[in-house]
Order: sequence, then C-alpha cells, then structure tokens
Amino acid sequence: MEMAWVWTGMVTLSLLFGAAQGRLDAVAAAALEGARSAVELGISMAGILCLWSGVMEIMNASGVSAGLARLFRPLLRRLLPEACRDGETLAAVSANVSANLLGLGNAATPLGIRAARRMARGCGGVASDELCLLVVLNTASIQLIPATIASVRAAAGCRTPFDILPAVWLASVLSVTAGLLAAWLLSRGRRRL
Amino acid sequence: MNLSSLVIPLLLSAVAVYGLGKRVDVYAALTRGAEEGLTVLLRVIPALVGLLTAVSMFRASGAMEWLSGLLAPALESLGIPQETAPLLLVRPVSGNGALAVASDLMSAYGPDSYIGRVAAVMLGSTETTFYTIAVYFGSAGVHKTRHTLPAALAADLTGFVAAALAVRLFFGGS
Repeated sequence: MEMAWVWTGMVTLSLLFGAAQGRLDAVAAAALEGARSAVELGISMAGILCLWSGVMEIMNASGVSAGLARLFRPLLRRLLPEACRDGETLAAVSANVSANLLGLGNAATPLGIRAARRMARGCGGVASDELCLLVVLNTASIQLIPATIASVRAAAGCRTPFDILPAVWLASVLSVTAGLLAAWLLSRGRRRL
Repeated sequence: MNLSSLVIPLLLSAVAVYGLGKRVDVYAALTRGAEEGLTVLLRVIPALVGLLTAVSMFRASGAMEWLSGLLAPALESLGIPQETAPLLLVRPVSGNGALAVASDLMSAYGPDSYIGRVAAVMLGSTETTFYTIAVYFGSAGVHKTRHTLPAALAADLTGFVAAALAVRLFFGGS
C-alpha cells in the first residue's frame, strides 16, 4: 500500500512541477518514454538474469548452499545462542543465510520465516532480541553476486557489469556490521531503562 | 585484461565441473534456474512500467532536482552524491522502485560514471527494509518490533555512505 502513496505522490508532483515550470510537454513525453524504456530494460537484462539464476541453481543442486549453511552454523550459534539451542531453528536460519548469500531470495524468505515463527513462539507478540537480530540480518543485503544489478548495468551499456563486486562486498559488510551493532546497542540501552 | 574477464568464464566452468563431479545434471539445473529468472522478470517488468513512468515524469518535471537540492546539504556532509537522493528515499520501501530509479540514474549519467556506480553499489548493499520487516513479523505474529526498524535503517544508512566510499576507494574520485 505504501507504493500506492509513493506512485500517486510522484505523478501528482510531476504534474504540479511541470505545470509551474512550463515543462508539461516534456513530462507527457517522459511518461510514455518511461513506460517504453521499462520493457526495453526488462528485455535487455533478461539474458544475464536468466544465466545467473541458472548458475545459482547449479550451485544449489550441487550442495553449495548446504555447505555454506554448515560453514555458518558456528557463527550463527554465537549470534543467536537462545534460538540455536533448537536444532530445527538453527537449520532454518543457516539455510536462510546461505540462500541470501547466493541471492536466492525466493528460497531465503520462507526459510527465514520458518525460523522467525519458531523464535516467536510463546513471546506474546513481542519480538525477542534475537528475533530482532534475525530480521535485521535479513533487511541487510549479503548477496555474493548481485545478478539483477549486474544485468541492469549491462542493459545500460556497461561492458564489465561485475567490476563493482569488491565495492558491493565492502559496502555490504559495513552495512551488516552496523545493523547488528545497532541492534545490540539498542537492546542493551532499552534494557537498562 | 580486465579481472572480471577471467572471473566469469572461470566461475561458469568451475560451477559446471563441480556440479558434474557431484553427479548433478548441470545443464538441466541451468535451464531450470533460467526459467526461474524468467518468472522473476515477468514479475519485475509490470512494476518497472509503473515506476519508470513515474520516475521519468518526476525527472522531466524538475521535481527530482528540487528533491535532490532539498537533501543535498545533508548528503554532502555524508559524502553521498546528491543525485542519488531519490534512490535513498525509495530503496527501503520498494525493491522494484529502487531498481527503476537506479536504472534511470545509470542511463542518465552512464553505468561507469561515479554516480552510476554508486547507485549500483547502493542497490547491492541494501535491502527493501520495510517490506522485509512486514513479511517477517507479519507471518510470525509479532506486533511489537522493538528496535528492529531503527537498527535496520542504521544498516541502510551505513550501506549508502559505504557505497559512495567504496566506489571512491576502488574506482577513484567523483
């Protein structure tokens, strides 16, 4: 529903600004041009997006996700000690993290939700510190190969769409760290109040 | 030779060889995944039609400049280019909206420009925060989310600042 407000706001502001600045011709042309370029963008990013989805599916089928999940178990046990006492929650959380790393959003969300539901049992609708941490982890991007972004760059005429990977990794690590740190500090701060 | 010229063929071959070693029908998996990519695309294109229409109207009317100008002083002090202001506002609310804004920035400034790269890295290092929080807490039946939102937004803000920083670090100045 938020997007209904955002869209209406953008279109209405465009009308008002266009009328005030005498740019209505350009605004009208831009509306049609935007719709056309959306389909063009979709088609020109299709190839790369499908190729990388295919590569990720091979990795998934060869057990790379399961391996990643095993790799992250010790770390997650430290991060979410209460929740990970329950074996099934630990399995769901580590599968969720590894699916996120591979950029398999469709697979990651149901796994994360399964973990969240188990963690929320018997808490009367109030999120525990660890549940907050799990959700913060999922609102930060930890994707290893951002295929959608690479395909948008390629569609815009970039010849080396993956050259931003090191920058994406650095920014992602900083952002995830900040999120976890903020969650930890806020939970401590509130407890003292 | 560019490093990514080696990475892509190497990754494709390594994944295939590894998969075959595990007795996986890698070709069937590849096409199955590609089909998944098409269904993603099928969901993305209608959203892009709506959003790119709005974004390009917004830019043509001069409202984009006004909005960027409004946020410019705050962004400048954080080292974030002011042209990315609309992306910052849309990112936490809509993934497809952010994709539309970023692709608009890339075609306006070029995918290999400073702004084009910062937009791409911002997109790659943040998530659709509000949507994720709503989905997780909604399905877990939690209504008191406590400090989740402020912490998640702190992560987003750090991601935006870090994106600009990382692009300057790896590709040089603005």
